[in-house]
Amino acid sequence: MSQSPSVPLTTADGVPLKTSLRRAVRRSKVKAFLLVSPLLLFLGIAFVMPIVEMLWRSVDNPEVSTQLSRTVAALEGWDGESLPGEPVFAALAEDLREGQEARNLGLLSSRLNYEKSGMRSTISRTARRIGRVEPPFREALIEINDTWGELDTWKLIQREATPYTLSYYLAAVDLQLSPTGEIVQVPDHLKVHVGLFWRTFWMSAMITGLTLLLGYPIAFLLTNLPLRHSNLLMILVLLPFWTSLLVRTTTWIAILQSQGVLNDVMVALGVIADEARWQMIHNKAGTIIAMTHILLPFMILPLYSVMKTIPPSYMRAARSLGGKPFLSFRRVYFPLTIPGIAAGGILVFILSIGYYITPALVGGQSGRFITNYIAYHMQTSLNWGLAAAIASILLFVVIVFYMIFNRLIGVDKVKLG
Amino acid sequence: MKRDHKQAGKPVLKLITCAVAGASALGLASVAQAQQTLNIVSWGGAYTMSQQQAYHEPWMEQTGDEIINLDRSGNALAGLRAQSQAGNVTWDLVDMLPADAMIACAEGLIEPLNHDELLADAPDGTPPSEDFVDGALGECFVASIVYSNIVAFNSEMFPEDKQPSTIADVFDLENFPGKRTLLRKPINNLEWALVADGVAPEDVYDVLETEEGIQRAFAKLDTIKDEVIWWEEGAQPPQLLADQEVAFGSAYNGRIFNAMVTEDQPFEIIWDAQVFELDGWVVPTGKLDKVKDYLHFATDTQRLADQAQYISYGPARYSSSDLVSVHAEAGIDMMPHMPTFPPNFATAIQKDDEFWADYNDELTQRFDAWLAQ
Repeated sequence: MSQSPSVPLTTADGVPLKTSLRRAVRRSKVKAFLLVSPLLLFLGIAFVMPIVEMLWRSVDNPEVSTQLSRTVAALEGWDGESLPGEPVFAALAEDLREGQEARNLGLLSSRLNYEKSGMRSTISRTARRIGRVEPPFREALIEINDTWGELDTWKLIQREATPYTLSYYLAAVDLQLSPTGEIVQVPDHLKVHVGLFWRTFWMSAMITGLTLLLGYPIAFLLTNLPLRHSNLLMILVLLPFWTSLLVRTTTWIAILQSQGVLNDVMVALGVIADEARWQMIHNKAGTIIAMTHILLPFMILPLYSVMKTIPPSYMRAARSLGGKPFLSFRRVYFPLTIPGIAAGGILVFILSIGYYITPALVGGQSGRFITNYIAYHMQTSLNWGLAAAIASILLFVVIVFYMIFNRLIGVDKVKLG
Repeated sequence: MKRDHKQAGKPVLKLITCAVAGASALGLASVAQAQQTLNIVSWGGAYTMSQQQAYHEPWMEQTGDEIINLDRSGNALAGLRAQSQAGNVTWDLVDMLPADAMIACAEGLIEPLNHDELLADAPDGTPPSEDFVDGALGECFVASIVYSNIVAFNSEMFPEDKQPSTIADVFDLENFPGKRTLLRKPINNLEWALVADGVAPEDVYDVLETEEGIQRAFAKLDTIKDEVIWWEEGAQPPQLLADQEVAFGSAYNGRIFNAMVTEDQPFEIIWDAQVFELDGWVVPTGKLDKVKDYLHFATDTQRLADQAQYISYGPARYSSSDLVSVHAEAGIDMMPHMPTFPPNFATAIQKDDEFWADYNDELTQRFDAWLAQ
């Protein structure tokens, strides 16, 4: 029965075993790949591509270079010291004439209006009359709108002629390019975003802390109660979790508003006077209260799943070795729950950074997040470049937080249930 | 609308039911004749209801078309841009503000309209270009109504002998205490602040063009800042007023009228310095053939007059104003509730679309920074 080593091993149909094995492995690899390929495709289309597109959009700057291509070409070599000459104005007139016919000047005028208020009407007004303009164009265009006679207008066009721009990122952190091309702070009365970034982070941190403070004892109770009671408690945790976000948010409005349930009860009990009702909503407090409640299950569930795996005998052992209750909790039980705290913490923190409906409804003016501005620029101001830049910064910050977290705790220790 | 919707979804079931019952001939007919489906985008609430009753329903009855209402006008420009970038425009007709229509038109998102060819003449033969009010017909835009931004108050919150009546009273915390709710945008608020500070309504935009003017407006707003709750959805101010959360609220006049008439709320409108503007239809690029007939129908003299039976927005045609009569349900005379009613109109400000097209981005940022201080 024994074969000599020089004869290669073969399968029943004579194929060398090595080849056959390789084929089998390859086949199973292809199978595995085919099985996950729908998921990969889905991730690619629904997750990776939008993010790439967002990053691209935050620097993309095609409007000036394509819509005003002749003007930009004519501006090459312009010294920037005095008004450009007649050829540049003639090129501008030609560009605007063409744009007016093709009806595609809208994006260009919006783009320039972001950098310099008034450019929108300058361009649309000029374009409307461009059909009747006669040379010399320089005098004619300045006649229509004296913005064309300003040096800064031309510097702006020259500056924004590049296919990529940093303007959106600068605007997202309250900076701007001065006419001479230096990065400067925007005037104080226009500073919005940096303060909002900080507010978003510290309020998210605070909400995370509060959910931990409230969730830890609940999770502990859930783990240690007899099954009958803990099931009931679990339903109390899960019911709000399953309720629509909007329902919960509007319910908080009904409870907290100054003519709301809570204030009415306190007035009825004589705790506060009718004229001195508390303002608990449409401000920071409203956002913190509502979001803490909404995100609480995201803290309790990971904590619970970790606590469930800690054998009660550990605490008994610690106690029998002489540890006082608090000391045994601190030295034995608490360290074992850290993966749960970490998982709940990062989950709640990242979720709350991304919330925008709840802050918009209950936050008033002081409880809004930077995400409300992303929504605003996406839907109302239509400055998608700026929205993309703010969102990219937010994404970057989340990644940094995640990396720090990974360094400190380690992702492999995290349990999500 | 709801009935037709159901039938379209379950034609077979409906056919059987009809055959068995033998009585629902009308329902059967509407299924059999269904020509096409029109996706019409508008503002929702009482306004969409008025459109539904004044022209959607008569049109559906006449042609068998099905009209689907989409409440997306709040973000119509963003929606049009996104749909056109995706190369799949699903909206057939959009209700839009003229300022947005100007931008959409410049971007080629909507069709230029030849008004005299497309729209119906007035009953006496006046062509549309002469029958619509000033500014109602844009390159790509046809207005259907004139509406107004006003401040209303809850009359129960002030003693009977001391009711507010001017826009300056809104900024007067001493004589008229209580919270105010204002739109969380610089628009209207800056205009009112200047009027309350003594600027004549017709000079408002000239003053706002200057840096001192803007500072003056913000300084005036500063005086009531602590007492303001900022609203963002049109449904909020009537709600806050009804709850007596606020004493004053800026709002669209139709919403307040609706609350007064159909919900019997003790609201009153301060017409002083109302900021009025137009609102109307635009046609997304490539949809003109599909909606041509409907547009002709929905903007004719009778239809616009009909709409004014359901909501207190003035028709954008001169020939319709004479036909404005009484509210369809409450039976009250609509005329005194219209923004264009002469006593209401005396100190009116026409919203300057060009000014806001230029300065909205900057002033909004400034307004937000001011709020955050």
